[in-house]
Amino acid sequence: MSENELKRTPLNEAHRSLGGKMVDFGGWGMPVQYSAGVIEEHMRCRTSVGLFDVSHMGEIWVEGPDAIAFVNRITTNDVTKLVDGQAHYSVLPNEAGGCVDDLLVYRFGPEKLLLVVNAGTTDKDWDWITAQKRDEDVTLKNASSDLCQIAIQGPNALSILQGLTETELSPIAYYHFVNGRVDGVDAIISRTGYTGEDGFEVYAAADKAVQLWERMLAEGSGEGILPCGLAARNTLRLEAAMSLYGHELGDDISPLEANLGWITKLKKEGGFIGCDAIEKLKESGITRKIAGFEMREPGIARDGCEIYSGDEKVGVVTSGSPAPFLKKNIGLAFLPPELANAGQQIRIDVRGKRLAAEVVPTPFYKRAK
Amino acid sequence: MSNIPENLRYSKDHEWIAVDGDVATIGITDYAQHSLGDVVYVDLPRVGDKFGTHESFGSVESVKAVSEIFTPLGGEVTEVNDGLNDAPESVNNDPYEAGWMIKMKMENAGEADALLSAAEYEEYLKASE
Repeated sequence: MSENELKRTPLNEAHRSLGGKMVDFGGWGMPVQYSAGVIEEHMRCRTSVGLFDVSHMGEIWVEGPDAIAFVNRITTNDVTKLVDGQAHYSVLPNEAGGCVDDLLVYRFGPEKLLLVVNAGTTDKDWDWITAQKRDEDVTLKNASSDLCQIAIQGPNALSILQGLTETELSPIAYYHFVNGRVDGVDAIISRTGYTGEDGFEVYAAADKAVQLWERMLAEGSGEGILPCGLAARNTLRLEAAMSLYGHELGDDISPLEANLGWITKLKKEGGFIGCDAIEKLKESGITRKIAGFEMREPGIARDGCEIYSGDEKVGVVTSGSPAPFLKKNIGLAFLPPELANAGQQIRIDVRGKRLAAEVVPTPFYKRAK
Repeated sequence: MSNIPENLRYSKDHEWIAVDGDVATIGITDYAQHSLGDVVYVDLPRVGDKFGTHESFGSVESVKAVSEIFTPLGGEVTEVNDGLNDAPESVNNDPYEAGWMIKMKMENAGEADALLSAAEYEEYLKASE
């Protein structure tokens, strides 16, 4: 796709002026890194603060008397457990028990929910979700192009964002949010993220994106805030062993195989789309599951590398990368459950060489509380 | 703009070659390191390995991707830069000095004359932008 055909977030120009190296990401022109480079960006987020444009993510409002019932039927987690101002991680399952997408569900009120979905799957998700609507009394609105989303992440994220808002941030619990104002702009301030650090995701009107972005960069300059590109976003989430759709999750991957049993509420009232298929898989037992590994020889396993136990091909790498903070070469992979235990020795085919690796516990990185 | 030292030769695969008698020192250019991003691992051949022209002799890995590196000319490896094991970032910080990769005894020293001059490489970069 030529660069002119790519979709742009409201911060496209801002990224270019910061030296962003723009790439095609699921049809979006996004910065893969800025002039500091991925390692510096990654480290800054771990040690101080990083700023991410995630405006390419999709937002879908679900409103009406049956909002909770509807979203409960089309997602795996139990929406009835959410209270106002709370969000949770969930999966949009298909009939076969695979994943159309993974998403966040925000509860604004008993009749108002917000679904935040992946950028590259927004159109697919919208088509899927609207097609699932039966006689439920709900209104669906695709607000993806109306909203920007900026993530400020890292140990100093709270103090920097606090300088721009009168909303008390520290009482907002993890996976909770408030409607507030940031730099005078109406915003949803959500204590969520995709980095393994404390931090916030701020949603606001798309035409306020540049103002918020520049004010956050200015407010964080004393703490060395850096804009972070997609490359750092990926290595940060990988160290935290968070799933990435298209890698650990997909249309033909069960949430059980992706270690998402904890958000797959098979017993919830009314069930959900694909519930029976997932129940069946649970009974028969999964034959592969996502596990973490560390390389034990020099070399970096990348996505798609085949995994061997002895001469037998037993699995495949779903995400593999150097881990800038841990200074190891790590990855996530599909392995048979009996080979997915910490300490298991495996070999990974890296361009024709079978290199030693070991299954390790995940997450690879956990921040100190 | 990329740094392209005058005294070196260049390949269209973005390697630089310093010729000294029948020995060629090979690394990747400033343009190449910049395109790759942060280099985290360099896989190099062993001393004594022989390569023809334009054969893969190793790879450079950045956080995001792996790129093969090709011999700009044929010959036998006489030295490899072991310093890159501990400091692969030298390829980014100092591509023309500390970031050198291998030295080769050229099979045919005439091959070096066919490589690009600094001015030609600069033209090549402009044309491919």
